[in-house]
Amino acid sequence: MSIMLQIEGLRAAVEGREILRGIDLTVPKGEVHAIMGPNGSGKSTLAYVLAGREGYEVTAGRVTFEGQDLLAMEPEQRAAAGVFLAFQYPVELPGVGNANFLRTALNAQRRARGEPELDAMQFLKEARARMKLLGMPEEMLKRGVNVGFSGGEKKRNEVLQMALLSPRLAILDETDSGLDIDALKIVADGVNALRGPEFSALVITHYQRLLNHIVPDRVHVLVGGRIIRSGGPELALELEQRGYGQVAA
Amino acid sequence: MPAVTETIETVQSVTEGGYKWGFTTDIETEFAPKGLNEDIIRFISRKKEEPEWLLEWRLKAFAIWQKMEEPRWAAVRYPPINYQDAYYYAAPKTKAKPKSLDEVDPELLRTYEKLGIPLREQAILAGVEGAGEVPAEGRAPVAVDAVFDSVSVATTFKERLEKEGIIFCSISEAVQKHPELVRQYLGSVVPQGDNFFAALNSAVFTDGSFVYIPKGVRCPMELSTYFRINAKSTGQFERTLIIADAGSYVSYLEGCTAPMRDEHQLHAAVVELIALEDATIKYSTVQNWYPGDAEGRGGIYNFVTKRGLCRGARSKISWTQVETGSAITWKYPSCILQGDESVGEFYSVAITNNRQQADTGTKMFHIGRNTRSTIVSKGISAGRGQNTYRGLVRISPKAHGARNFTQCDSLLIGNECGAHTVPYIENRCLTAKVEHEATTSRIAEDQLFYCRQRGLSEEEAVGLIVNGFCREVLKELPMEFAVEAQKLLAISLEGSVG
Ligand SMILES: Nc1ncnc2c1ncn2[C@@H]1O[C@H](COP(=O)(O)OP(=O)(O)O)[C@@H](O)[C@H]1O
Ligand SMILES: [Mg+2]
Repeated sequence: MSIMLQIEGLRAAVEGREILRGIDLTVPKGEVHAIMGPNGSGKSTLAYVLAGREGYEVTAGRVTFEGQDLLAMEPEQRAAAGVFLAFQYPVELPGVGNANFLRTALNAQRRARGEPELDAMQFLKEARARMKLLGMPEEMLKRGVNVGFSGGEKKRNEVLQMALLSPRLAILDETDSGLDIDALKIVADGVNALRGPEFSALVITHYQRLLNHIVPDRVHVLVGGRIIRSGGPELALELEQRGYGQVAA
Repeated sequence: MPAVTETIETVQSVTEGGYKWGFTTDIETEFAPKGLNEDIIRFISRKKEEPEWLLEWRLKAFAIWQKMEEPRWAAVRYPPINYQDAYYYAAPKTKAKPKSLDEVDPELLRTYEKLGIPLREQAILAGVEGAGEVPAEGRAPVAVDAVFDSVSVATTFKERLEKEGIIFCSISEAVQKHPELVRQYLGSVVPQGDNFFAALNSAVFTDGSFVYIPKGVRCPMELSTYFRINAKSTGQFERTLIIADAGSYVSYLEGCTAPMRDEHQLHAAVVELIALEDATIKYSTVQNWYPGDAEGRGGIYNFVTKRGLCRGARSKISWTQVETGSAITWKYPSCILQGDESVGEFYSVAITNNRQQADTGTKMFHIGRNTRSTIVSKGISAGRGQNTYRGLVRISPKAHGARNFTQCDSLLIGNECGAHTVPYIENRCLTAKVEHEATTSRIAEDQLFYCRQRGLSEEEAVGLIVNGFCREVLKELPMEFAVEAQKLLAISLEGSVG
């Protein structure tokens, strides 16, 4: 069993306040792990620390990604290495076309990995194929990045980006929040399409319902910046029925 | 789409973050003595074998200039300019017209090559007889005029244009061959005494481009001028005059570069446009004069007067500018909307990085009925750059039904730069409508992080966000220029983050 992501004793602070208070987590290759927890427990903080966001200060611990020291890498290096974060609140880039953004991102990653870049035609072909698979309207390529998108469209756009960039480790931060069942299925299809021995995912969610569609190998409960319990998929059901307080007890 | 890829490639290829047009060309140059007086003006006029009326015109401008004060109202700061300590005439020494490229001063050719002008056009620019009347494969033909220091070096595609009756040549040549047109229109939009720098230009202008599009003719290609200041201690004072006769159309492009020098050099151009009934003039500028170094040493003072007159009914003048260079930019391309239903447009991107200062904008004078104007200004400030939009919309009492829409957006990168918006509106007509919108934003940390999470470097991310911010203006540029402009935006902002 080789390991995709290994987090050991991770502590992190935001604006001098400690949010992550000693996290240990191992995600083997090919596995999907769910992270559940109440609001403010540090789920997004963990996602940002893994992606390398400024202002999220690691005070202790280490993180390795396929054996490399992840915390030593710049955010764009992490992306090129295969770390993808689907944002809880996707960001708007006015005037920047979605297709343009995606191709620029894809080619930046390919260049960093020493792979040939895709020209506009090759890219469009690729993009159309993925969109068809995900049942997304092609028209989304022509719009500005997330500008004027509904909440659901923003989330779907994150999934489209994930599909095109085909990461090795996908971190989905509440990508299911606020989605209707059809949109939820698109998210699940996006993740399931990537599933394989060389892909792992951390699925951050509040609700068990996403996990009906993306069946996780493990479920972790994050409360107060610590993982207080881990278990199999049945733990998600238990959480749904009994609430975090009960599970923590 | 391809443009952005190119932007990124360019950013990567320009490793020192330097000004890549900063080379000088070692060419024998003929100077007039330093300083400014009537004798120098007579010298210039004689060198150019000008008719008496033009000499008189220049001398009158000089007399006016001597009584004028340098304007100080713009939000730009610079030490006093010593107008006696500059050369007002510098020309590459030319022998007889070369017969082939081999006979052309190789230094001149190398300059054009570095400027990215295709070889075949280089031949024409260097004045090789009979060079290229056929457009290069796969690209839209662009007729080029190049002004090297004070002198127009050559104009391309002349014969092809002549077939349509279009005149595209240096203004010196126009003075010789079409004196009646020059005499009729020179100074008709920007009179000699218009302002300090226009008066100076009128006294000492040495060259520039002249365009005349006959009635009903749609110019079949973009007309383009490259301006290049090369010689040391020279000012450049070009004069451009474009006349679009009734029902005609022309798109004109202007590009500018200069070598890196640790002294300031003055560029004070005058551009006059005249659009008659139903005529359209589209004037695009990509200004990339040397901006000076990070500490503010050197760089061009770009004090330019550009004005268009929509003389006929339903005429249209559209200015598009991308201003990335110069230490100081002082420039307000304007439209006088005299003809009924005439249209004025101003689309501008101005970048200031390091110690650059820009005070730029437009003036729209609504005189005719149902005249319309649109102003879209995008100011980007980085480093310690200061960027001011200064605009005037004046609607005269008779301009019934006039409309103006103004949008000024500022983007700040970092905490030491500044953006200022100074819109003046003088509406003296009850049936006219003026709308103004303004925004100021910063490149947000979350936008940068979002891009970097997707694999873009910080500089690529800034380039992408800035290009997005400028999209409404960039889409007004002719295709080939748009690509160049995007590259310039990215390069101009190098080192502005991180
Ligand atoms: N940028 C920030 N600045 C200040 N406090 C923050 C910031 N981000 C998160 N926090 C705080 O950290 C805690 C955890 O937040 P977060 O990681 O967003 O939780 P979750 O995603 O589990 O809801 C919260 O108390 C929140 O207020
Ligand atoms: Mg969260």
